[in-house]
Amino acid sequence: MPLVQTATSVPVTIDDAKCIADKGCTVCVDVCPLDVLRIKELADGTKTAYMKYDECWYCMPCEADCPTGAVTVTIPYLLK
Amino acid sequence: MDEILDGLTQIDCDILVIGGGTAGPMAALKAKKKNPQANVVLLDKANVKRSGAISMGMDGLNNSVIPGYATPEQYTKEITIANDGIVDQAAVYRYAQECYGIIRELDGFGIRFQKDQNGEYDVKKVHHIGTYVLPMPNGDTVKKALYRQLRKSRINVVNRYMATRLLTGEGRIAGAICVNTRTAEFLVIRAKAVIMGLGAAGRLGLPTSGYLFGTYENPSNSGEGYSMAYHAGAGLANLECYQINPLIKDYNGPACAYVAGPMGGYTSNAQGERFIECDYWSGQMMQEFYDELQSGKGPVFLKLNHLAEETVSEIERVLHIVERPTRGHFHAGRGTDYRRQMIEMHISEIGFCSGHSASGVFVDDHARTTIPGLYAAGDMANVPHNYMLGAFTHGAFAGEDAADFMGEVDFAEFDLADVEAERARVLAPTKRDDGIPPNQIEYKTRRLVNDYLQPPKVTAKMELAQKRFAEVREDMEQGMVARDAHELMRALEAASILDCADMAASASLYRTESRWGLYHNRVEYARDDENWFCHTLLTKGADGLPAHEKRAVEPYVVDIAEDEKDAYYKQRVDASVAAE
Ligand SMILES: Cc1cc2nc3c(=O)[nH]c(=O)nc-3n(C[C@H](O)[C@H](O)[C@H](O)COP(=O)(O)OP(=O)(O)OC[C@H]3O[C@@H](n4cnc5c(N)ncnc54)[C@H](O)[C@@H]3O)c2cc1C
Ligand code: SF4
Ligand code: SF4
Repeated sequence: MPLVQTATSVPVTIDDAKCIADKGCTVCVDVCPLDVLRIKELADGTKTAYMKYDECWYCMPCEADCPTGAVTVTIPYLLK
Repeated sequence: MDEILDGLTQIDCDILVIGGGTAGPMAALKAKKKNPQANVVLLDKANVKRSGAISMGMDGLNNSVIPGYATPEQYTKEITIANDGIVDQAAVYRYAQECYGIIRELDGFGIRFQKDQNGEYDVKKVHHIGTYVLPMPNGDTVKKALYRQLRKSRINVVNRYMATRLLTGEGRIAGAICVNTRTAEFLVIRAKAVIMGLGAAGRLGLPTSGYLFGTYENPSNSGEGYSMAYHAGAGLANLECYQINPLIKDYNGPACAYVAGPMGGYTSNAQGERFIECDYWSGQMMQEFYDELQSGKGPVFLKLNHLAEETVSEIERVLHIVERPTRGHFHAGRGTDYRRQMIEMHISEIGFCSGHSASGVFVDDHARTTIPGLYAAGDMANVPHNYMLGAFTHGAFAGEDAADFMGEVDFAEFDLADVEAERARVLAPTKRDDGIPPNQIEYKTRRLVNDYLQPPKVTAKMELAQKRFAEVREDMEQGMVARDAHELMRALEAASILDCADMAASASLYRTESRWGLYHNRVEYARDDENWFCHTLLTKGADGLPAHEKRAVEPYVVDIAEDEKDAYYKQRVDASVAAE
């Protein structure tokens, strides 16, 4: 059974302009109980956090603990 | 990160605590306090700082027994009645006697509890009979306060390792096998005692939204506690007594009972009429809720729009900030406002959780399971209606007893072949190039749970469930694929979810009577005290399938009068009151 990619919208967004992953911050990645956030490199070589897996409990430690207020948690579309 | 690496490390400790949510941290602290020389490891699949049911905090203690408001005898009686008498009272009674001391300790950690003008704890009545709910005005600090204590006591915290199997040998516990959730590397931990606090089986049924992670429970609690105990040969009690909760529809978070109830909010039908006298969660209450939904008077709502502005603001302040702080976002998105309309509620998917219901790994009043050296506490152990304070208090019992136990034994020998077999099982999905991804295995299992196991329970449906689960198991064992370490974690979770689904079906078929209201409503059978006033104990049989036996309820510590026994069945508001 071959695999395909099915698109899904994710409930958590990160404001690249505010995110200081470049300075070594990984707080949101560290605290998420579902472990769904990761750090990636942007086109300009700087780093930012992002939601890699659509497996969210909309619980909010990521937003509450981010030192710069870069994270916004919304309700996953299926239950919104 | 997430790349699959090949590796295996072995470490030793005196006491291994699995699960750093609520029960686990308290167990680790108490063990270390009792034996400061002990090497205590606290291991979690997530990060202990923000893991488990209380990751963001908690609104209050739902079941506190505070001198002046309630006695241990009253509490034990109420919990026995709420569970149709199937309770070994010793564990409940010991909790009721000692939980006040735990509250004082938590207070000392910096967690504040609501007090009245006289500085006395301000306890609220929510239960059918007694008064036990104590609000926590700074409930959002619980995890931070606990973490500070763990640091101070020099507990070794190991994050992002998922326990997958227990090791046994010489007839007792020997340790556990764990897998790193970001690299798939193995960690084998030898321990003289193991305490499990892995929480509820929160991803058993599928939420009506269809979103796998839109559960009531923290979805990182996916049933490994139950599955590991089962495969190690421990007994699990009364698994047919499911958890089913009355929740905000779709959001799937708690609605009102413990916060809004004491302030005048209540559960109503579509006509705005109250139909249950008491919003405390029980199987009997859930049956009334279900009946109302079916009656044509549904759906059911949380009603606050009759309350004064300052009361509603206060309710919002608690409900939208502490436990599930996205609740405000949800209402904003729907355009619903407590002041203007009632909020639609619904029945949750099924799960296992003694925190709110009663089933789980069988334990005694020291949190000992049926395997020497193995303990369980919190939502996964079978002490009924345990909630947060129960997790803390029984976690404390486990930690203290384990500190004694480890002094009497050395490491138990285990069979190295068990580690090899587990390695092969865990890594199988990583050896395939294509196949079925874990989310599809999980979705199908959970969709079948809803189709066939959600009460009211019907024999033929549950037998069909067993057949279909066996097909899914075959697909999982032969064809599941995981492309990175994160997917592998989900694959291992899918396996525990399927184990729990099998146990739920099997346990429900074994008890041929109805009990606990909706939780075990078997439409073909009435309640049968003559044959079924007992626990059911599920173990792994010689054929690898669940085996069952009856276990007598221990003689009561606190007697229940004949005319009190059915108090929880008298929940329905009579028509004259409802019309007011
Ligand atoms: C939304 C919600 C609201 C609630 N509100 C209240 C309330 O107001 N008052 C109240 O008294 N009670 C409340 N409860 C109940 C209470 O929170 C729980 O009963 C209690 O916290 C359970 O504690 P626990 O230690 O058993 O589980 P948890 O605190 O959930 O801890 C389980 C831990 O196990 C870890 N884990 C899971 N699987 C593995 C694995 N395979 N390997 C390693 N680690 C693993 C998890 O990451 C987690 O840290 C609420 C529960 C929920 C879900
Ligand atoms: S916590 Fe905030 S600043 Fe840090 S990595 Fe995450 S989004 Fe960026
Ligand atoms: S809301 Fe919770 S589950 Fe979702 S990304 Fe944030 S911390 Fe993780």
